[in-house]
Amino acid sequence: MTMTSMEGANHGPNVAVPVATHASLDTSKLKDKISIRNLEFFYGDSRALKSITLSLYANKATAFIGPSGCGKSTLLRVLNRMYDLYPGQRATGDVLFDGDNLLRPDQDINLLRARIGMVFQKPTPFPMTIYENVAFGVRLYEKLPRAELDGRVEQALRRAALWDEVKDKLATNGQSLSGGQQQRLCIARTVAVKPEVILFDEPCSALDPISTAKIEELIDELKQDYTIVIVTHNMQQAARVSDFTAFMYLGELIEFGATATLFTTPKDKRTQAYITGRFG
Amino acid sequence: MTNATTAATSSPLYSGRRRRNAIAKTLAWIATAFGLGWLILILGVLLYQGIGGLSLSVFTEMTPPPGAAGGLLNAIVGSLIITVLAVLIGTPIGILAGTYLAEYGRHDKLSSVVRFINDILLSAPSIVIGLFVYEIMVAPMGHFSGWAGAVALAVIVIPVVVRTTEDMLTLVPDTLREAAASIGLPRALMIMRIAYRAARAGIVTGILLAVARISGETAPLLFTALNNQFFSVNMDQPMPSLPVVIFQFALSPYVEWQKLAWTGALLITITVLALSVIARSLTSRKSS
Repeated sequence: MTMTSMEGANHGPNVAVPVATHASLDTSKLKDKISIRNLEFFYGDSRALKSITLSLYANKATAFIGPSGCGKSTLLRVLNRMYDLYPGQRATGDVLFDGDNLLRPDQDINLLRARIGMVFQKPTPFPMTIYENVAFGVRLYEKLPRAELDGRVEQALRRAALWDEVKDKLATNGQSLSGGQQQRLCIARTVAVKPEVILFDEPCSALDPISTAKIEELIDELKQDYTIVIVTHNMQQAARVSDFTAFMYLGELIEFGATATLFTTPKDKRTQAYITGRFG
Repeated sequence: MTNATTAATSSPLYSGRRRRNAIAKTLAWIATAFGLGWLILILGVLLYQGIGGLSLSVFTEMTPPPGAAGGLLNAIVGSLIITVLAVLIGTPIGILAGTYLAEYGRHDKLSSVVRFINDILLSAPSIVIGLFVYEIMVAPMGHFSGWAGAVALAVIVIPVVVRTTEDMLTLVPDTLREAAASIGLPRALMIMRIAYRAARAGIVTGILLAVARISGETAPLLFTALNNQFFSVNMDQPMPSLPVVIFQFALSPYVEWQKLAWTGALLITITVLALSVIARSLTSRKSS
């Protein structure tokens, strides 16, 4: 690749659609849920993210795309401080969550993670019943009477389009469900805690096409109540579910814009090369 | 396709491979039979020698003086008390240390030191542990005691439980830890509510294996609990135990004592076998 020399230049392939109108049309009226400012991330001494500045808009779905190792998952894991679990990983810069810098050292990480939920690549049901999987997170922060808790569990499972499949076997182990069902159970578990943002880390890469379609449909619905961020390897998926797309390459944010614009008239050569399948 | 198969089966390369396979398979069979043969032989002799003495009086009467009939009641009760106490002392320490190694100190330098020392302790000769507890408990107190016996066995329990707890917790995938963290679960709760639950069968297996290990230990008890001809539940006094009674009776010239020793050995073997089977079935149910 000799594309680094073209960095920042506007080399749009065919500028039939004026990009500027798209951008002004969308972003000016939108509210930032999370503002990432000059974020750098380090695994030990190696820099994995280079000066990322990016806005994640409230009640929109933003997709992070890019080839393997480009830093998109790293960026996602900064947003709920998941990297804190591992020594030697650190982030600098600002990540403002409703104006509050979530990188500050005295941030209450557990409360933060209750507000910014996450769904992982592999389904990760807890080793307990379906009911308990969902009720578990709720009980952490709220003391509810049994009936109300039952309601919350049902509501979350309905939200995750799983209720009809599991309502008669809530007492069976969550790990006995199929992969797609397990992933929806994880979404229910995340939703039950009532977060404001949900992070999806390649949520469909371990699922079959039918389960994938269900999850994508779900993400589309969840947008009404939550701010969604999704990391995906699948560009069709990014195009289907997201309103905004960020293309990352080698730890840098190359291009960010409305999904429709980015996929039809990318400004950067590297974006164009990636979305047309020429590398990645 | 058929042509290719016949070509492959008739080639000298393939027939050579088949021959080597047959030889290796035969050797594996012989090795297995040799190993299992001893086990069957031991069990057979134990059953043959011990089953005759197995009667109700074994469980209701005390160890007899030479030349008289009797049972093993005091030794059985003593063994039970000492073993249960050793597990009660050793298991919490072992689980906590294993939890530190697997959860908190996974990346610490201290962990590799602890792990190394634990491995040494795991293979330490039990007679050394018995001498150690003799020095720190029996000598200062001035007499043998059930407490000292329980402590000596606890020292054997600890490294076994540390190792299995760490191994089982390490098998819990990090994705599950991250999932727990992602709903705002603090680390301590994640360990207690998620990791322990996921590793429960394995940790219980470790405890059962530790029980199996200590229920046959003789050397540490010789230096600590010693023995007692009479029924005693006083932990401050010397206490009888099955392995020590077997040791003493088997070496004696009295036929009744030797017979009781065989019966005691059979009892211990059955207990250990049962514990192993339970441990095995727990882990296999987990993995299925």
